[in-house]
Amino acid sequence: MAKLDDRAGGMGEIADIDGPYEVAPFGTELARLGEIDERIVGLSADMSKFSDIIPFRDRFPHRYFNAGMAEQDAVTMAAGLAKVGKVAFCATYAAFLTRRALDFIAVSCAHSKANVKILAGSPGLVNPYGATHQSLEDLVVLRSIPDITVIDPCDAVELRHVVRTAAETDGTFYIRNLRGKVPVVFDEDGFQFEIGKARLLRPGHDVAVIGTGFMTERALTAADAAAAQGVSAAVLHVPTIKPLDTEAICETASAVGRVVVVENGLRVGGLGSAVVETLHDAGIHVPVLRIGLGDRFHPCGSQAYNEARFGLDDAAITEAVISNRWEFA
Amino acid sequence: MTTTHVAPTVQKLADTAYRLRERMMTMAADKGEGYIAQGLGIADVLAVIYFRQLRFDPANPEWIGRDRFLMSTGHYSIALYAVLGELGILDDELLATYGLNGSELPMSTFDETPGVEITGGSLGHGLGQAVGMALGLRLDGGDQRIICELSDGELQEGSTWEAAMAAASFGVGNLTAVVDANGIQADGPMVLDMEPIAAKWRAFGWAVEEVDGNSIEQIVEAFDRLAVRPDDTPRVLIARTTPGTGVPTIVARDRAHFVRIGDAEWQNLIAELEENRG
Repeated sequence: MAKLDDRAGGMGEIADIDGPYEVAPFGTELARLGEIDERIVGLSADMSKFSDIIPFRDRFPHRYFNAGMAEQDAVTMAAGLAKVGKVAFCATYAAFLTRRALDFIAVSCAHSKANVKILAGSPGLVNPYGATHQSLEDLVVLRSIPDITVIDPCDAVELRHVVRTAAETDGTFYIRNLRGKVPVVFDEDGFQFEIGKARLLRPGHDVAVIGTGFMTERALTAADAAAAQGVSAAVLHVPTIKPLDTEAICETASAVGRVVVVENGLRVGGLGSAVVETLHDAGIHVPVLRIGLGDRFHPCGSQAYNEARFGLDDAAITEAVISNRWEFA
Repeated sequence: MTTTHVAPTVQKLADTAYRLRERMMTMAADKGEGYIAQGLGIADVLAVIYFRQLRFDPANPEWIGRDRFLMSTGHYSIALYAVLGELGILDDELLATYGLNGSELPMSTFDETPGVEITGGSLGHGLGQAVGMALGLRLDGGDQRIICELSDGELQEGSTWEAAMAAASFGVGNLTAVVDANGIQADGPMVLDMEPIAAKWRAFGWAVEEVDGNSIEQIVEAFDRLAVRPDDTPRVLIARTTPGTGVPTIVARDRAHFVRIGDAEWQNLIAELEENRG
């Protein structure tokens, strides 16, 4: 009989929060912005609760449209609303958006540079339901679409800033949404988010860890652990996957001569690939270890379970940062 | 100044449809090919929509108060360009570039072309955007209407029915869909039977009219009947059109989805169009 501790868990909240957190940073920020900017409308595809857009819906019911279980329609309606002057925030699960509604994101939104902001919930390996609900390839796929901005925020503070920036900036955005209780990693005071800019969070001279999304928090943890063992690890946070801050990546990699990339998604085609391409194109020949997910459908399981099993947890990242290991078993 | 249509006569609309066909033939003749059959088929519907139904300002295609026409079947672009040429929004020099390398008038519509509202051609995108536009304009208290053209083949795209559900659910009475039911798709005659088309729309909660899409009189009357439906009911006009209408040789072709014709023959076809002028 299964033990209680073996349960895979709920609807994609980030697991194991030890430190400070905020509840529903996306929806809270969107409701706040809705007071200031009447152009903002919200949409979902029967995922209002699980995409944290409820605070906006409750505050502005007449500006909220639930398309039902119809991601293609949610995206095209968002495009139509945008084309008559609205700023359309469309929030549902990343897996359904990127696998089912990809053509609609590409053609109805990005190709028209429509003012549509897609908030993709349960990104990467977060969702416990198994392959159908996991969005392992979203960054890979979205990165290939022209005229779209792709952002993977690290924490609640950054997510709020990203939502605000997206509301104020024309064009189609794909934003990985962190829902429920979302950790606070960054200090709100003086926090800055700029589209297309990476931030060096920690200097170091032996190795650079380049991270995106909430994996950057783990990069910081790994850097602490490495420091305790005499390894100096720089941490570069890359929230914007597209446009990519190639300059910061090249500078950081050149300075340390060894790079570990960490991301919550496939190793093939995501940030790790983007870093390798960037360095190669610039003629910077440093070894790059890509920590991410392998070419397989991943099983049902809690975030902690899957991350430990597939090498995304603190221990795995720390080991990669400290060791000189350059290939996966 | 906006164009308000002081009920043009059926004959006047027929003259307009003829000129649209002439323009399409000229554009296609220059290239030797095009989606001409569909364009000729839908000319009467477009004449009624643009010259009797829609409110817009040809001098200011971006006027916020305009009604919107969305051509979801972007590969019918030749027909839309003919309309925009007739309105003076696109000039003859630009029209002559239709489908050429690097042209601003691609064979499938692109929303950067003046007067073109959406990028069409990846089928199943139009109606959802039309619903979004209708909702957005209603939210602002505007009285603009959306007319979204679709094709019968396009009804095979599931996203169209997602949008149809949403339109009825949100009660967007400022939206009218027009289905060009011409009975052809890329692989030939309807690959999947979509009948009964009218019953499908009724079942989705839409007010439906069904007409001979090459009878201007019937199209005009159908729009008039749809206009008095309740404000919260989306409307659909199913227009049964004949691909190639106006040019019997094209009507007679088995494979009318994409027409390629030799240089010399185009002049004969243009002559045919003239002979068959109604």
